[in-house]
Amino acid sequence: MSSPDTPPAGVAPRRSDRSPWNWLLVVPIVVPLLVPLYDHRDPQLFGWPFFYWVQLVFVALGVLTTALVYRATRRSPEERAAARRAADGPPAGPPTRDGGR
Amino acid sequence: MDGVNTVELAIFVAFFVLVTVVGFAAARWRRAENLMHLDEWGLGGRSFGSWITWFLIGGDIYTAYTFVAVPALVFGAGAAGFFAVPYTVIVYPLIFLVVIRLWSVSHVRGFVTPADFVRSRFDSSTLALLVAITGIVATMPYIALQLVGIEAVLETMGVTGQWPIIVAFVILALYTYSSGLRAPALIAFVKDILIYLTIIVAVIVIPAELGGWGAIFGAADEKFTAAGSGGVLLPQAGQLQYATLALGSALALFLYPHSITGVLAAKNRDVLKRNMSALPVYSLALGFIALLGYMAIAAGTTPVGTDGNTIVPRLFQDMFPSWFAGVAFAAVGIGALVPAAIMSIAAANLFTRNIYKEYLKKDATPENEAKVAKIASLVVKLGAVAAIVFIDPQFSIDLQLIGGVIILQTLPSVAIGLYTRWLHRGALIAGWVVGMAAGMLMLYNVPRLGPGGVVLREHWGGSAFSLGKLGFDTKYTIYAGFLSLLVNLVVTIAGTFVLRAMKVADGVDGTAETDYTAEREDPTVRDLPDPLESVPPGAAGGASVRG
Repeated sequence: MSSPDTPPAGVAPRRSDRSPWNWLLVVPIVVPLLVPLYDHRDPQLFGWPFFYWVQLVFVALGVLTTALVYRATRRSPEERAAARRAADGPPAGPPTRDGGR
Repeated sequence: MDGVNTVELAIFVAFFVLVTVVGFAAARWRRAENLMHLDEWGLGGRSFGSWITWFLIGGDIYTAYTFVAVPALVFGAGAAGFFAVPYTVIVYPLIFLVVIRLWSVSHVRGFVTPADFVRSRFDSSTLALLVAITGIVATMPYIALQLVGIEAVLETMGVTGQWPIIVAFVILALYTYSSGLRAPALIAFVKDILIYLTIIVAVIVIPAELGGWGAIFGAADEKFTAAGSGGVLLPQAGQLQYATLALGSALALFLYPHSITGVLAAKNRDVLKRNMSALPVYSLALGFIALLGYMAIAAGTTPVGTDGNTIVPRLFQDMFPSWFAGVAFAAVGIGALVPAAIMSIAAANLFTRNIYKEYLKKDATPENEAKVAKIASLVVKLGAVAAIVFIDPQFSIDLQLIGGVIILQTLPSVAIGLYTRWLHRGALIAGWVVGMAAGMLMLYNVPRLGPGGVVLREHWGGSAFSLGKLGFDTKYTIYAGFLSLLVNLVVTIAGTFVLRAMKVADGVDGTAETDYTAEREDPTVRDLPDPLESVPPGAAGGASVRG
């Protein structure tokens, strides 16, 4: 492998997963474990006891927080470009960002 | 064959034939370009994008077990069975940061199984062997559970005897043997379409026929009050069990080798992160599936004989016209094939890479290994069939819970190992041994209770361990897996202090800190080989594994 190009100054590929945003992930982990707080019949919704509908709301909570953390911590396009240059030229194929979704 | 519903059976068989055709077509198409997503299924630079990963992991986790056993549990016990929902809510934020580290280090170092990682990280082939054996043993009842799903459906249609399970096994074996991961992956599309269709129709049609959700929950309430056991809400003494079971199951889920196979097949870290937000769609569906148990109560559905697992198929039979019941049954049947195939491949990989190559035939050629993996996948499925034939399928969900207790004992080496190497390999082995023993002892001491608290069986009655047995004056129960994991961790940490103080050698880390954050664009990242035709670490191309 030939020596990689030097990435432009100021933009280097990130080398850590650390981010304060990650703390948000604690919320959907802890909330469903607090069973005494939601093991109740009322308030009901469409005939569903609280216990049941609120746990489906937890699903939405999980989606929301993971999506938010993903958005907030992803590599910026500049970082991506820098990393690709560091990888000795981009691989053939579609760019990674529109990976199917 | 009296009492066989021919319309249902015809539809069911038709879908099975369709799936068989899809399976073989997948194998033939494997080198073609540009056929839907198929070009992503091959070797080299082709790996799975967000959609395929969603179907693959979804097919992996939300299985026939989901469709059959969870509502059966809700039918029998009420709110306690609903734990499957918080469990699948917790799991994604919990593993969000962990799986991306696993993905990165595996792609840099060429790991395909969790035991590969442990071997390299802790420089201990004994620990790797333990992790591999644990994975295989824990996966077996999981596969058996899938066959229970098929059995329940066939039984409902009036098809009895052991032969249908043997037929299902042969079909499964054919896919796995000839097509590897590609066939079950394609079949997962068919499976998911059928399952979502069935759930949507069930959730709209059945409550309307039964007089609305209020009537459904009301009927369930009445039944549990009359029976004197279970309930629409949890008793206070059951809340700890509910929370620890949800958390313990979530911790266990991605330690299973088949989940790791799904994770490693992803194209990059972003695919995984996006899926942590997309996979809960299945959890939402799971919530509705669980409530099928209450719908069955309201509809007065009775199981076939004493097999509680037939409750959902019976509900469909009562509520749907025969042709649509056939479609729903096909959903369950196909839903069993997909994960069973992936699980047997994952177990076969563990055997080939971490037992066969490591201990039995160190100079095995790649051809040897591929052959061994294929045969091992057959043996694993045979073991699953044997488990079904010889063990009461009534206990399928408990079997899987025991599997969960077992696999949790690998958490310190596999999951914590991704973050720190402070834990000593000797202490990890000691923790595994003690945790496993504690888990088995607790499971042994769980009685199975019938209505009114009557003891039906003294031992192996579930996973809810009574804290009263430890001398506490309480009625609370706790998930045995969770408690045994705590025991494991205590021993591991204490052992590490002792071994570090004694300056016992702890080997050389085969990984580097930067491996754990590598992205696809990084120069060190490489593509993993095809899971079924891969070469174990240490063989050609895997030289860097030992650092």
